[in-house]
Amino acid sequence: MDRGMVRLGLLTLVSAAVLAFAIAFATAIGDYTIGLGTVSLAITNGLGLTSAELPPIEESVVWDLRLSRALVAALAGAGLSLCGAILQALLRNPLAEPFVLGISAGASTGAVCVIVLGVGAGSLSLSAGAFAGAFAAFGVVAILSNGATSGPNHTILAGVAASQLFNALTSYIVTTSGNAEQARNVMFWLLGSFGGVRWPDVQLLMLIVPMGLALCIYLARALDAFTFGDEDAAALGVPVGRIRLVLFALTAVMTATIVSMVGAIGFVGLVVPHAARFVVGPMHMRLLPACAVIGAIFMVTADIVSRVIVAQQTVPIGVVTALVGVPFFAIILYRARPQA
Amino acid sequence: MSVVAENLFWGVKRRTIVSDVSLTVAPGETLGLIGPNGSGKSSLLRLLAGLRRPTSGHVEINGQDVTQVSRKALSREVAFVQQSSATDTNVTVADVVRLGRTPHRSALAGWSETDEAAVGEALESVGMTSRKRQSWQTLSGGERQRVHIARALAQTPKVMFLDEPTNHLDIHHQIEILRMVRDLDLTSIIALHDLNLAAMFCDRIVVLQQGAICACGTPQAVLTRDTLRDVFRVSAHIGVSEDAGRPHIRFSAE
Repeated sequence: MDRGMVRLGLLTLVSAAVLAFAIAFATAIGDYTIGLGTVSLAITNGLGLTSAELPPIEESVVWDLRLSRALVAALAGAGLSLCGAILQALLRNPLAEPFVLGISAGASTGAVCVIVLGVGAGSLSLSAGAFAGAFAAFGVVAILSNGATSGPNHTILAGVAASQLFNALTSYIVTTSGNAEQARNVMFWLLGSFGGVRWPDVQLLMLIVPMGLALCIYLARALDAFTFGDEDAAALGVPVGRIRLVLFALTAVMTATIVSMVGAIGFVGLVVPHAARFVVGPMHMRLLPACAVIGAIFMVTADIVSRVIVAQQTVPIGVVTALVGVPFFAIILYRARPQA
Repeated sequence: MSVVAENLFWGVKRRTIVSDVSLTVAPGETLGLIGPNGSGKSSLLRLLAGLRRPTSGHVEINGQDVTQVSRKALSREVAFVQQSSATDTNVTVADVVRLGRTPHRSALAGWSETDEAAVGEALESVGMTSRKRQSWQTLSGGERQRVHIARALAQTPKVMFLDEPTNHLDIHHQIEILRMVRDLDLTSIIALHDLNLAAMFCDRIVVLQQGAICACGTPQAVLTRDTLRDVFRVSAHIGVSEDAGRPHIRFSAE
């Protein structure tokens, strides 16, 4: 094994350890602090590996509430970061992130339709409405940008237009027919929250995020070939139209699923790929796994911060990620100035 | 490998950009493509390389219709160097040249010795070996162009298309790049603006005017006073250079 491989192996081990520790820490901390020893026993109990006697409340808090929450945070962070890395490569724009395709705006319109207008008459959940809205926005972007064949700037402009359209629709619905309580719920949901997640959410993300990671690692070489644009990618043997379509669809599915579960959590998809590039460089075979791991650690940590920063209260997760994300965004803007 | 085009037409909306072009390029030949701005050189080059589909007509490379071959299989034989392509990504020179191995590698295959050798050779032939760790963003325009050519060479192509490869280069590198391309054991088709360079390095020259071929042949046969006046709207004196009797054009100011 050469030194590069050893370094890569070491990096994998270290990051796995950090992620495991972050998740354990997230399950230990909260209004009701539980010792790490009890946490690990509760987790092994839950997995059926041990059957230690534990206070039932503590066991239930760890297994039913906090562990599922931490896992959803990790998977959502990984998924949003992957989407960001994919879009930055395909659109060749350092400021691209999942929400530039208007997906979060669409999701919020969908959610508002369900909460405020009562679309579906109770048979539709908020998540289903958000998922449908996210896909509607994706469809609008696809139509506005003439399908998968138009240039990257065209797609970004179409995304901006779709975001404005859906945000306007959301505001219109909330201001004309919502009451104060509903508006507050929508606001809270829009800023993101891991509060309501349970094991079925973990299972769904366990299916979608690892599959998405595998698919885009499989296409990592093709993503590299987009470095100098679509035509150069084609000259390097990449079937450009097909790859763009597959990857856009993948980002739409991952983002819509995550947003419909935990709300629109901004800046993770933007910030994490850039941070990962500092560590492992721009080539996607390394960048994509690094994004997944860093995104997971970042989101779990942000969730811990959101729970402890104000006593007895949970700050919306989107507020925490944005407070970290905005300064980073400024650094990227500064560095992205055209080179002389 | 040979390149054969038959009755190519291509256009956008109602404007025809390439009009009834047929040509044959023999294996190993260096063909120059010249013509005024907007005469369809770049478009024709992309049609020949299979990057665009013609409205009608077809292109065969080594006897195979380019639209019938997969993109990947085609890119193992055919390389294309664009006029200028840029990136914001912070890649190194070696990263860029390694991209040339894309069509030769399967999705998850590791980096082989063949890949490494092809990249090393490509860097060497454009004189960038010592710069391979340098960041792309710090290169000059001419250096970037040479790295793009190295990337195309790393594809180990049998046919190479170059769209004005000598733009941005100083005269030394213009001559060096064209000499290198001519001496490589491959078929090359080069769009050029500089008529004297075309005369010096091409085996044959095709003159395009409004998307159609208006002259085709050896430099001596094509680069005549009449062609220069009718197609390029310049008056010129045509002498004979000392290199193998190739024509040399001296433009007159009046």
